[in-house]
Amino acid sequence: MSCAWSAKIDQYLDSELADAEWTEVHAHLHACESCIAQMLERLQLKQAVKDAGPRYLANPEFRLKVERSVETGVKGRIFRAPLVAGIAAAAALLVFIGFSLHSAKTKAGDFAELADLHASALASANPVDVVSDDRHTVKPWFESKVPFAFNLPELRDSAFVLIGGRSVYFGQSPCAQLLFGSSKHRVSVFIFQNRGTQDTRSVPGNSIATFGSETWDHGGLRYVVVGDMGLPDLHRLMELFRAAANS
Amino acid sequence: MFAALYNFAHWLTQSREEAEDLVQETYLKAFKGFSSFQPGTNFRAWIYRILRNTFLTSRAGLHARMTEPLDEESGWILSETPESRLAARLDRRLIQNALERLPVRYREVILLRDLEEMNYQDIANTLDVPIGTVMARLSRGRTAMREQLRAKTGGGRG
Repeated sequence: MSCAWSAKIDQYLDSELADAEWTEVHAHLHACESCIAQMLERLQLKQAVKDAGPRYLANPEFRLKVERSVETGVKGRIFRAPLVAGIAAAAALLVFIGFSLHSAKTKAGDFAELADLHASALASANPVDVVSDDRHTVKPWFESKVPFAFNLPELRDSAFVLIGGRSVYFGQSPCAQLLFGSSKHRVSVFIFQNRGTQDTRSVPGNSIATFGSETWDHGGLRYVVVGDMGLPDLHRLMELFRAAANS
Repeated sequence: MFAALYNFAHWLTQSREEAEDLVQETYLKAFKGFSSFQPGTNFRAWIYRILRNTFLTSRAGLHARMTEPLDEESGWILSETPESRLAARLDRRLIQNALERLPVRYREVILLRDLEEMNYQDIANTLDVPIGTVMARLSRGRTAMREQLRAKTGGGRG
């Protein structure tokens, strides 16, 4: 049987609901088996499209050809006014192309860096610097360590336990790493200031892609969940953070 | 973004040669029309919009428009099956095949949202359609994909 709320699931997963409506749908999902099943199916499809979408690569010769064609465009315009505007436009586009190429090269690197931070924590005898399952102890510890504030979720009725946290650097900027346990699994939540240039998606085929990840942005911060659990479980932890951030 | 633009162009045209022509023309148009870009607005949505409009007037775009039903409501409203779930982890190739088989207007919104992670408003600006149309196309496109995948993976209904 279909539920009237199911029409909101796509917007819920796409983060396109206003806070009040998001809270309503979120509460409904906890009570409706039909909708939670649909939500999981749709989430799985979204993730699968994200993984399968990067399919076609431009060859390097073609990239050079485009760069040259833009340069030629500059020369063609030099003798036509306005010269300054033409050069400025060309410079902006060349910077844009250069930035694009750089972004493509670093795409895999950003997620790999977070996965490495998670793996290094797991491999360490002292994976966290503040050891506590009390969010009211862990949260204040970060106050002098990172230049931003965040809320930690209440985990009493969840499958997750807070292990602690540590301050790390991601992309040469301060980043909070929270470590959680769930049965034998360990999951890290990374929180850092969103500069709009980080691509924290996991990359299929990468050796570190055995870790799943979930990402969302709120209040100028980016949250990335990394762990060896299934995506629905990672999503559950992400939703707890989301609820805490909206509270 | 060059790589993402090329990937999107190839998804639209389904041809390497036509994707290259499309990307090159997009950059040239972006250069020539750079003065029309409003600083402070979304540069990515602006350049995707140029690419998409260029595609619509290209041979591949005209072919896509000629061979797809013009009526938004026809053919692609598929029954919803709330209880069903995909039985197994979705295969990358299956997903790509399902995307390929979608009409372009559904394929493009799904790629802009789930791959490029544009919000609905930016997609609406890119495609020059109302935000309600973005939501409707996303819903229908995703439903069509799920139906295709269920048929391929033998996932049952209910």
